[in-house]
Amino acid sequence: MRKVSFPYVGNATITFKKLMNAFGNEVVLPRRPTEETLSLGTKYSPEFACLPFKIVLGTYIEALEAGADTLVSTGGVGPCRAGLYTTLHEKILKSLGYEFEMITLEPPGRHLKELIASIKKLVNKRLSFADYYRIIRFAWKELQLLDKAEKLSHKIRPLEVKKGETTKTYRKCAELIAQARDYKDLLEIEREIELLYERIEKKDYDPLKIGIVGEIYVVIEPAANLEIEEMLGDLGVYAERSMFLASYTFYNAVMDLLRMPGERDVKKLASPYFKEMCGGHGRESVGNAILFAKRGFDGVIQLSPFTCIPEIVAKSILPKVCAKYDIGFLSVTLDEQTGKEGLRTRIEAFVDLLAAKRKHKEANKKGDVVYGALFGN
Amino acid sequence: MAHYLGIDVGSVSTNLVIMDEDGKIEEAIYLRTQGQPIKAIQEGLKILSKKQRSWDIRGVGTTGSGRQLAAVIAGADVVKNEITAHAVAAIKEVPDVRTVIEIGGQDSKIIILRDGVVTDFAMNTVCAAGTGSFLDQQANRLGIPIEEFGYYALRSQNPVRIAGRCAVFAESDMIHKQQLGYKVEDIIRGLCQALVRNYLNNVGKGKEIRPKVVFQGGVAANVGMKAAFEEALGMEVYVPKYHNVMGAIGAALLAKDANVGKTKFRGFDASEIEFTADSFECQGCSNHCEVVNIRMEGKVIARWGDRCNRWKVIDV
Repeated sequence: MRKVSFPYVGNATITFKKLMNAFGNEVVLPRRPTEETLSLGTKYSPEFACLPFKIVLGTYIEALEAGADTLVSTGGVGPCRAGLYTTLHEKILKSLGYEFEMITLEPPGRHLKELIASIKKLVNKRLSFADYYRIIRFAWKELQLLDKAEKLSHKIRPLEVKKGETTKTYRKCAELIAQARDYKDLLEIEREIELLYERIEKKDYDPLKIGIVGEIYVVIEPAANLEIEEMLGDLGVYAERSMFLASYTFYNAVMDLLRMPGERDVKKLASPYFKEMCGGHGRESVGNAILFAKRGFDGVIQLSPFTCIPEIVAKSILPKVCAKYDIGFLSVTLDEQTGKEGLRTRIEAFVDLLAAKRKHKEANKKGDVVYGALFGN
Repeated sequence: MAHYLGIDVGSVSTNLVIMDEDGKIEEAIYLRTQGQPIKAIQEGLKILSKKQRSWDIRGVGTTGSGRQLAAVIAGADVVKNEITAHAVAAIKEVPDVRTVIEIGGQDSKIIILRDGVVTDFAMNTVCAAGTGSFLDQQANRLGIPIEEFGYYALRSQNPVRIAGRCAVFAESDMIHKQQLGYKVEDIIRGLCQALVRNYLNNVGKGKEIRPKVVFQGGVAANVGMKAAFEEALGMEVYVPKYHNVMGAIGAALLAKDANVGKTKFRGFDASEIEFTADSFECQGCSNHCEVVNIRMEGKVIARWGDRCNRWKVIDV
């Protein structure tokens, strides 16, 4: 039996595991990336490769050490070098002496044949069409549910009365989902998740709202962004990220296949400022920032891996766009050198800035004067 | 009269100020941290306690990279990041400020304000060239007291161009220029210009610098740096009287603003209490975080250093 492993991408790891199991493979579960994973990845990566490259390489090494013989990853098109990372990962790992097969899942819109060939390698069991339908339906629902549990946690954390309760509830939800066996289980769990979150005691106020944009891996995987969403939630801020795995997969795999441009709105919104596609998620970062501004958010934080070209391009455009829409902007660059305390200092200052700005705006509307140390009186 | 204590514990200096309720600074103390923040904070408190004045401390604010530690030792009501603290102090000192340039021991920042409200900021990320530690080191190497370093720059007629992108390159470039026989004054002025260029290209990148510009932090005492900023920006740069303790002033202002009923201040006698720190490696996961225990007379009163917060709650 194939022993399959794959990069760790937040809680979606649960779904991939079940999917691979259902296709008749054994799974070597990737570990949540830690400092050790990153050190391992950094050791064998080119120095200026980006953070996601290093973390994923570290994860692969850990999985291969744990006995995996097949690695599955997604490919990509476009000029972002992440599209070529799988090939580079494979070369590095083979030169280190590991024996395994690398299977790349290319986006179906451009590489349908290759994708089908790759999937065939991963299906090691006789499956009927009904089986496929059951498996896909379950996986899709599970992904959506994981995203839902996470979205709810971001919404409720800034309002919680007892610090840490939301994080606990969220972990419990993820555990529940991990235990689900079939579609019916998932429907029951969905109700339970809603109930669990409802039970958390909440404060009644309108928290500051910050949108998170940037490169997909560092946006989605908390271990790669120093748990920035939790940090913001603890400061009483509602943080919403622009990308979730379910919707991203949907737009970039399914809609792309049907030749329907995914996330059309976002790209259209960005087009006056960012006409050419430059790979990665640079254009999405700009478009999503505008979307957040239109929805009345107070600020935008851009997460960008050090040396990521698409995000560097976006970083030079975002300040002007954010100034035009009158929304605060902070860019955070992440790599193995980034310290959590340094990030916390900047995040706290950014939150202070947004709070003062909101107060000032509201007072201006009413023609009042605001008092306080932040306003010099 | 009510008084407020502000403490700023930075990488290089630890500063304490006592401010009265009208915002007047009664005492300002600037000490070297020298890698021993606990000692520096206690030393500061001790100096204040010996001033033979009875201040009625109603609130304590701490800031700087050692703000958590200072908060535990002195007993703080407000713990604030240094960016906000510096902005608050600048607005108070210079109400029409629109740009704050702050260069401290190991970091530098820019704060942009409009209509008295902070709208943007940045902190150095890539390089510490141009911060106080580097200037200190160069002054040392040239055998010039740091207090006089800036005046050398002012005496120069023909500045030498120095590579300022990185501290290591700047130093080797300076040595090279010395070997070629350039005058020390010209090299120092060239260095100031290089550091200002570096600051504006890194920290100040993409920021709209408008007057009034306030220059604060330990490096603002360097008249050579002030002149280089004025030359590069083409505008006057204002250095406030208490430029080297602005963070502490901000912390005191924030403590006053918090208006707490009863302060957590331990009193100036906190300088006599025994505080120690020790650490252990957590084996909970492969992150192996170094968790720090802060002990007051042997008893753990605070912990940090863990990524997952599992050690944060202390059973008393």
